[in-house]
Amino acid sequence: MGGKTEPAKSESMATATTRSPDLINSSFFSFKSLKLKTKQQELLLRISILGLVYILAFIARLFSVLRYESMIHEFDPYFNYRTTLFLTEKGFYEFWNWFDSESWYPLGRIIGGTLYPGLMVTAALIYWALRFLRFFVHIREVCVLTAPFFASNTTLVAYFFGKEIWDTGAGLVAAVLIAICPGYISRSVAGSYDNEAVAIFALLLTFYLFVKAVNTGSLAWALGSAFGYFYMVSAWGGYVFIINLVPLYVLVLLITGRYSMRLYIAYNCMYILGMLLAMQIRFVGFQHVQSGEHMGAMGVFLLMQVFYFLDWVKYQLNDTKLFQTFLRITVTSAILVGGIALGVGTASGYISPWTGRFYSLLDPTYAKDHIPIIASVSEHQPTAWSSFMFDYHILLFLFPAGLYFCFKRLSDATIFIVMYGLTSLYFAGVMVRLILVATPAVCLISAIAVSATVKNLTSLLRTKQKVSQTGSTKGAGSSKASSKVTLDQSQPFQKNGAIALLVGVFYLLSRYAIHCTWVTSEAYSSPSIVLAARGAHGNRIIFDDYREAYYWLRQNTPTDAKIMSWWDYGYQITAMGNRTVIVDNNTWNNTHIATVGRAMSSYEDEAYDIMRSLDVNYVLVVFGGVTGYSSDDINKFLWMVRIGGGVFPVIKEPDYLVNGEFRVDKGASPKMLNCLMYKLCYYRFGELTTEYGKPPGYDRARGVEIGNKDIKLEHLEEAYTTSNWIVRIYRVKPPTNRL
Amino acid sequence: MVKSTTKDAQDLFRSLRSAYVATPTNLKLIDMYVCFAVFTALIQVAYMALVGSFPFNSFLSGVLSCIGTAVLAVCLRIQVNKENKEFKDLAPERAFADFVLCNIVLHLIIINFLG
Repeated sequence: MGGKTEPAKSESMATATTRSPDLINSSFFSFKSLKLKTKQQELLLRISILGLVYILAFIARLFSVLRYESMIHEFDPYFNYRTTLFLTEKGFYEFWNWFDSESWYPLGRIIGGTLYPGLMVTAALIYWALRFLRFFVHIREVCVLTAPFFASNTTLVAYFFGKEIWDTGAGLVAAVLIAICPGYISRSVAGSYDNEAVAIFALLLTFYLFVKAVNTGSLAWALGSAFGYFYMVSAWGGYVFIINLVPLYVLVLLITGRYSMRLYIAYNCMYILGMLLAMQIRFVGFQHVQSGEHMGAMGVFLLMQVFYFLDWVKYQLNDTKLFQTFLRITVTSAILVGGIALGVGTASGYISPWTGRFYSLLDPTYAKDHIPIIASVSEHQPTAWSSFMFDYHILLFLFPAGLYFCFKRLSDATIFIVMYGLTSLYFAGVMVRLILVATPAVCLISAIAVSATVKNLTSLLRTKQKVSQTGSTKGAGSSKASSKVTLDQSQPFQKNGAIALLVGVFYLLSRYAIHCTWVTSEAYSSPSIVLAARGAHGNRIIFDDYREAYYWLRQNTPTDAKIMSWWDYGYQITAMGNRTVIVDNNTWNNTHIATVGRAMSSYEDEAYDIMRSLDVNYVLVVFGGVTGYSSDDINKFLWMVRIGGGVFPVIKEPDYLVNGEFRVDKGASPKMLNCLMYKLCYYRFGELTTEYGKPPGYDRARGVEIGNKDIKLEHLEEAYTTSNWIVRIYRVKPPTNRL
Repeated sequence: MVKSTTKDAQDLFRSLRSAYVATPTNLKLIDMYVCFAVFTALIQVAYMALVGSFPFNSFLSGVLSCIGTAVLAVCLRIQVNKENKEFKDLAPERAFADFVLCNIVLHLIIINFLG
């Protein structure tokens, strides 16, 4: 590089004198005329790359805002939006102590104590900051764009993390890879205002600060990682991953003989301060000292004290024989005491066992048999191979290559990233949703592979210049990276091979970019609440039935009306319809949900009794038979039966099946043809012709003609059906006068 | 067997004591602070065993503040000890400033958590 600038300098001297009138044109794009040194050129390159990556990460997530409108997607984000709205309107004290009587009627929900406030507080802070600068935006805009903003910040953290683990080249590649990786984009598009939007940023930040603390042994960095952990705990329930991975990492370092003072300082400071900070969140409470999931961290903490003590005694004694006896006594007593304490704690029930949500990660079959609510969520299903390929593309085979490079240069930092990668990939295999947690690790390790490979290849290429510039002393000394590489005389085509491989690498990376953009555009940018389809002439048809129904509820029902629906729609009804619901997506009370499930699967008379006992005024069902929408309540019906049957044995799943098969046509079981859900979905549907050439009452989502077309409702009456029949609302009639 | 173990223990004790006397004063000061903090924590645990743990957050904040400041003092000791090769170019003022900062953060959290 130094050899290049010398002739360049003389050239610029000549050009400056002859071209002074058009100075603007000459100095605009040419590095040479700026007379920058190599280091400054490199810094400029790095900063501009990071700036472009920052903007790219933000822009790639804006597809749905451009195609539809700036709105909140899915179900959970509506709850987050409603709580953020409450926070900005009423202030932090009201928010922290909020008891909500508009959901889970008649139980209510202690929102202040059962949510993770990180996301809402972050969005509220951004909103207040913008207001302070006199940008009067609506809080909804801030909520929609929070996720892309934090995705951009994640790329910066990924750069610094890559720099810490390997070098700046790996950091830059990691930033680019994570900016467009579909695994991350899926949960952080504009509009996906969910906990993961800030949680992945907090996760990577905590890990980066911890690895930095272990590398430098500084208390300040450990304090930073404790604050990062606090942010993670406030943002997402997945913090349990951090509090188990970090102790596991410390354990691995202890076992591989890498115990050091820096590790002691980093872990202890982070554990104590992190634990104390985490207990400030009401939802987490005292779990750090009482729950089985957090005991690993405490165990490793005590183990570290034992290690430090033994190390100190060994240093003081300088006599191996005495030390051996001492070691024997201490280790046996420590293990004994630890084992007894753990045993007593678990047996007496003080240390609670692993909760179902996390236990099902260790034993994937557990949820299916014991907790149907967890098993019914589509995001909790095991991952298929196609999902891995879809979300990671080339990173899938770059990951083992990166592992190879990490093992070649083992240090405390690379051991950490290897462990993070392996554990998170295991969990990603168990549950689709956890591909998100594995994405940063996969991106970082793949970045190491790409960076190391490209570096080796380009250094092979650059040795040619070193050979030809034998006269110039600057040329020989300045190319530090390539000076150690000499051409192997036995392989004459190394140059060409290197060029071919480099072209191959760039081709792969460009295919990756194309794939990621395509995936983002096609699969991960739909708002779920607005559906789109292609009409007969190729024009785009928008189904906005959900919002139509919720706004009908908002404008045409009394303000104290109670709405019964399946729990999927609870958050949306409360946020947009502004009415009280019976059950919603929080699913904290299984019996209440089972009651609703029982009502939906019983005959109309029994269901009416249940609805009267819950003071229900309106019932809302989602029906996809007219549009062919397949995520409707009839397709979810078996889960209602299973969940209801889990608590009330009177509901038996085989009653609704025929030969183990779920049918809605003439051959369906009589219980199925007369249950409340069937009646509410197919009321008046028998008169409707949905498709040319098919009989009236043809259900386009199931592809059959329905069995029971002549439906009469006794205790309910139809209140509203949206324009495409997707959402149907029924009013519960008051009991008839007794004569 | 028992005699050899007791003799070993006595040898151990004596050699530990003689080695410890040689440590510099500033480190002994930090060690005293650590012992004081741990002792305070033990008193709190004994008190909790007597009267029960009702405001559990108060008990936790008391015990954890003692354990926390003890751990931070040990970290300070590590960084200030001249015989640790890893930290020989870390200024003791910087180590002490880190220690003070972490303690301030710790006690602010404790004040919030005490109830």
